[in-house]
Amino acid sequence: MPKKKSHKVKKRMATKKVRLLELAHARSGDKGDTANVGLIALKAEYYPLLKQQVTAARVAKHFRGVIQGGVERFELPNLRALNFLLHGALGGGGTLSLKTDAQGKVFSTALLRMEIEVPRSLRV
Amino acid sequence: MSKNTIRIASGQGFWGDWLEAPVRQVEAGPIDYLMMDYLAEVTMSIMQKQRSRNPELGYAKDFVPLMRRLLPTLVRKGIRVSANAGGVNPRACATAVLNEARDAGLAGKVAIGVITGDDLMPRLEQLLAAGHELKNMDTGEPLETVLDSVQSANAYLGAWPLVEGFRRGANILITGRVTDTGLTLAPMIHEFGWAPDAWDLLAAGTVAGHIIECGAQCSGGNCMYRWERIPNMHDPGYPIVEARPDGGFVVTKHDGTGGRVSVQSVTEQLLYEMGDPTDYITPDCIADFTTVSLKKSGKDRVEISGVRGRPATDLLKVSISYSYGYKAIGTLVYAWPEAVKKARAADKIIRARLDRLGLNFDETVTEIIGADATHGRLAGKPDPDIAEVQLRIGVRGRERTPVERFSREIAPLILNGPPGVTGFAGGRPKVEEIVAYWPALIPKSEVCSQVEILEA
Repeated sequence: MPKKKSHKVKKRMATKKVRLLELAHARSGDKGDTANVGLIALKAEYYPLLKQQVTAARVAKHFRGVIQGGVERFELPNLRALNFLLHGALGGGGTLSLKTDAQGKVFSTALLRMEIEVPRSLRV
Repeated sequence: MSKNTIRIASGQGFWGDWLEAPVRQVEAGPIDYLMMDYLAEVTMSIMQKQRSRNPELGYAKDFVPLMRRLLPTLVRKGIRVSANAGGVNPRACATAVLNEARDAGLAGKVAIGVITGDDLMPRLEQLLAAGHELKNMDTGEPLETVLDSVQSANAYLGAWPLVEGFRRGANILITGRVTDTGLTLAPMIHEFGWAPDAWDLLAAGTVAGHIIECGAQCSGGNCMYRWERIPNMHDPGYPIVEARPDGGFVVTKHDGTGGRVSVQSVTEQLLYEMGDPTDYITPDCIADFTTVSLKKSGKDRVEISGVRGRPATDLLKVSISYSYGYKAIGTLVYAWPEAVKKARAADKIIRARLDRLGLNFDETVTEIIGADATHGRLAGKPDPDIAEVQLRIGVRGRERTPVERFSREIAPLILNGPPGVTGFAGGRPKVEEIVAYWPALIPKSEVCSQVEILEA
């Protein structure tokens, strides 16, 4: 028991939770009923953290209840960016949609609400 | 020909963009080409409707007075134009511009190239009979299922018909459904003599086109990166591509204009409306956006290099629009105290009344602007003390009558619903006809573009 506790303490010491807003900027757009979100690391050293933690599964969980379909992820290391496709995100999309954000313009900032674990030593 | 560098300026990112932008591009510094993108996915159907009422219409009408304003300068400076302002009636658009040119005393100095062949509407039955199902790329359904309500069908043409237009001496090219990227790529192919299978070069020009096709969205507009520090956004410099024969290019803007061209602003735009970045398909090539390399090369200058491409496919995308039904969106504003609670109560009341009337809709959507409209549950619990919120209810249906009836169920809430309500100055919600988008594919061999040169 004591061993487990110390491990937990150590883990808590080693990392901190940071919102993606502090680590990345983003732009989103639409293609039919799919929204895309491009997530761009603000600094080169943030990109590996995004790549490791902002997985398609994690993003799907983040948007649960907000989008109807699945999530795909593509990597663009040259731009230190990730591109996400959020399917079934736009209430039918285009002219069919009744949503304020029918073109998915602000899914970008919705993704930046997500928190990830970063090393406590990381300066953000 | 074989210049070392050409400057291609973006003057319009969509039909409705800033009217001053193309004027600033032409007047505020040197450029060789002015590129203007007018067509979004559903624009063609709006234009189709206009042409069905008047055979002289069906194009971006603003383009004509704009050209009247620009033509003397364009002619004096030798600037050429590529614009997909022609919509579903490029010839009528060109004729209107020719008349303006003659009026302005520019007879003999303006040659307009008209690009057609994208309109598949007259051949739709024939194409289906030949076995092309024109399946919806998103749903897989064959076009047959909505054939009776189809309003327009246009293949996306690429850069090559425009190249022919420039080669035959046109200084203004007016097209129908040409890809946004083709409008920027064409001047490069023409000036540098790029081969049809120079895939890396064609991909580089395509990436350049993608970067500037949304106007200021790559030069400080809608830019999240340090947005408050982007200067003089009352006068944003629209982007300019300085292209070279080797496929390298710089994105910049005129000196003295506002906005900012930075690695961050260009990166944001590169990712806009992106699917699989390794597989950006156009009629001209496939571009791989994971090969794009960006470098700051001066104030408001970003150098792009390293772009790799692959052979184009044998298919063209077809943009089909069809009449779907109707929608209406009603709003009311609820003020403090308990604004969110009151808005939700009003929503319940309206829905109960719609039920009692036996009105059925394909979809009914309620949003509380100020609480959950754009980020849904990700926005967290709304502030219970919020000053005001807007209730926004939308319905969509195949028939007009129920949607019409819905539009009369909003205003009564002012007197017979929860208190603290206002904001109904706009009157009854407008019932809108929905023209929906149907993307499909067709073999290139079925589409034949034409180039016609009209002299002023």
